[in-house]
Amino acid sequence: MVEPISARGLGYRYRQGWVFRHLDFRLAAGELTAILGPNGCGKSTLLGVLSGGRPPVEGEICRQGTLALVPQSLAPALPFTGLDMVLLGRARAVSLFAAPGPADYAAAHAALARLEADHLAERSFDVMSGGERQLVLIARALVSESPVLLLDEPTAALDWHYQAHVLALLRQLANAGLAVAFTTHAPQHALDFADRVLLMAAPERQAFGAPEDVLGEDALSALYRLPVKRLRLPDAAASTAIPVFRDYLDRKAPPAL
Amino acid sequence: MAAATLVAALLALAVGRYAVPLDTVARVLLAPIFDLTPTWNETEAQVIWAVRGPRTLLAAIVGAGLALAGAALQSVFRNPLADPQILGVSSGAALGGVFGILLIGTGWPSMVGAFVGGLAALGAVFWLAGGNHGSGGKGGTVMLVLAGLVVGAVGAAGIALAKYAADPDNQLPAIVFWLLGSLAAADAARLWVAVPPILLAGVLIIGLRFHLSALAVGEDDARRLGVPVRTVRLLTLGAAGLATAAAVAACGVVGWVGLVVPHLVRLAFGADHRWFFISTALAGAAYLILVDTVARTAVAAEIPLGALTALLGAPIFAVLLRRLRGDAHG
Repeated sequence: MVEPISARGLGYRYRQGWVFRHLDFRLAAGELTAILGPNGCGKSTLLGVLSGGRPPVEGEICRQGTLALVPQSLAPALPFTGLDMVLLGRARAVSLFAAPGPADYAAAHAALARLEADHLAERSFDVMSGGERQLVLIARALVSESPVLLLDEPTAALDWHYQAHVLALLRQLANAGLAVAFTTHAPQHALDFADRVLLMAAPERQAFGAPEDVLGEDALSALYRLPVKRLRLPDAAASTAIPVFRDYLDRKAPPAL
Repeated sequence: MAAATLVAALLALAVGRYAVPLDTVARVLLAPIFDLTPTWNETEAQVIWAVRGPRTLLAAIVGAGLALAGAALQSVFRNPLADPQILGVSSGAALGGVFGILLIGTGWPSMVGAFVGGLAALGAVFWLAGGNHGSGGKGGTVMLVLAGLVVGAVGAAGIALAKYAADPDNQLPAIVFWLLGSLAAADAARLWVAVPPILLAGVLIIGLRFHLSALAVGEDDARRLGVPVRTVRLLTLGAAGLATAAAVAACGVVGWVGLVVPHLVRLAFGADHRWFFISTALAGAAYLILVDTVARTAVAAEIPLGALTALLGAPIFAVLLRRLRGDAHG
């Protein structure tokens, strides 16, 4: 099997200390990988390292072909419409002194349609909600036709419908042969959609494997410092993960006002 | 936009101390092509071909050049308030021109000096900020802006010194008038100074339009999208510097065009990169033609063009600033 990205002994540190190290995993073509971990565990940093934006401090990455990164957010300095933004995804294919042609426009419109976001084409990116921007940025990654897709919390600002829509789309893209990885704070996303999970529990404690194996109740409860239950809903094929927020509330009373 | 520019040019050719009817202007202009029987007198033809023609053409090319330079810099610096003066190129060119006047005299020395000064300022900005280009991100842009500030300050200080050292009877007035900016001296020589560099810069900037617009999103992001960030930035800064130096060389310091015109175009037509830079060039041409027409016809004596563009530009800019703030709140 082709492996567009494989990392061996990967480590990155800021001045304060290691963000992560000894990281071994691969993103294979045709697989959807979910990256989970608490806030500040280095998920975005890892995507930055994988996309070549930051050189790794330790270890090595093997990359095959181009990749597209969907950032969490973006603040362009000048006005852009949704369509303008998506067209930028074609930059690699447009030569220096040229502008996108009809084929590029068709691809941009098709990508927006795939995300059920046609209505954002003429809307100004400035005035879009966080979720709408995410849809446009995902469409932008799609038109680049890269074999590897990295997404930084693509569902963070999306309602449940668009979460399901985007994750189903990522699943589809993986089935079509792309290597897709996304970060998320929802273990259900990993359990319901992903083939692999990279769990970043602590700088030197990670797990990489099938969601069922990696995301047990104990691992999740420890990861989020909160009771997490794995439940099988009636009629469901697989079990999901539910945080028990009430338990946390009962155990740890909020500070008195 | 092209039509508006054409109308502005016709108007500029018609009005003035010696008024020529619009239809006569059109006929005089078309005469070499269509072989019309002259219904105009020699003076009218002379006014149009020898006096107002070069001046209008120079206004158009300088306006287009400054507007394009401003639009391009706004994309590169990711700042809608950037303009050629940010780079320090205007100051550098002005200093070069002033030294030309001081050491040799008015006319071609000031033009050559402005060219040399403008390009030297651009070189200095590159050299000061050069170490940061590789790392990209915001640091690179901040360094460039600071470098532009430093070069601009050196230029301003040099100009002050030159004024102090200048002979108050003939050199000082020449310096002051040239710095105010004027198209009154437009002739074939000045057109040759302005047209080729500004055309070259315009072709570069309009050619780069798509990748240039990508820079406005962010350097790291653009790089990941596959935009050759360094090449685009280098070519754009070079083109903007060249256009500014040529404009200053031809008619002194005419400010605010690069800041105001791209914003007016965005307000009127949106920022679609397919047409934005071309519309900006045309709008810049129309804008400077009109402002120059006002400058030479509004009152008996000619108003300095640079003063008028600032007088018009600053309030427009103030309105834009308020609107920008309004957007940020809403």
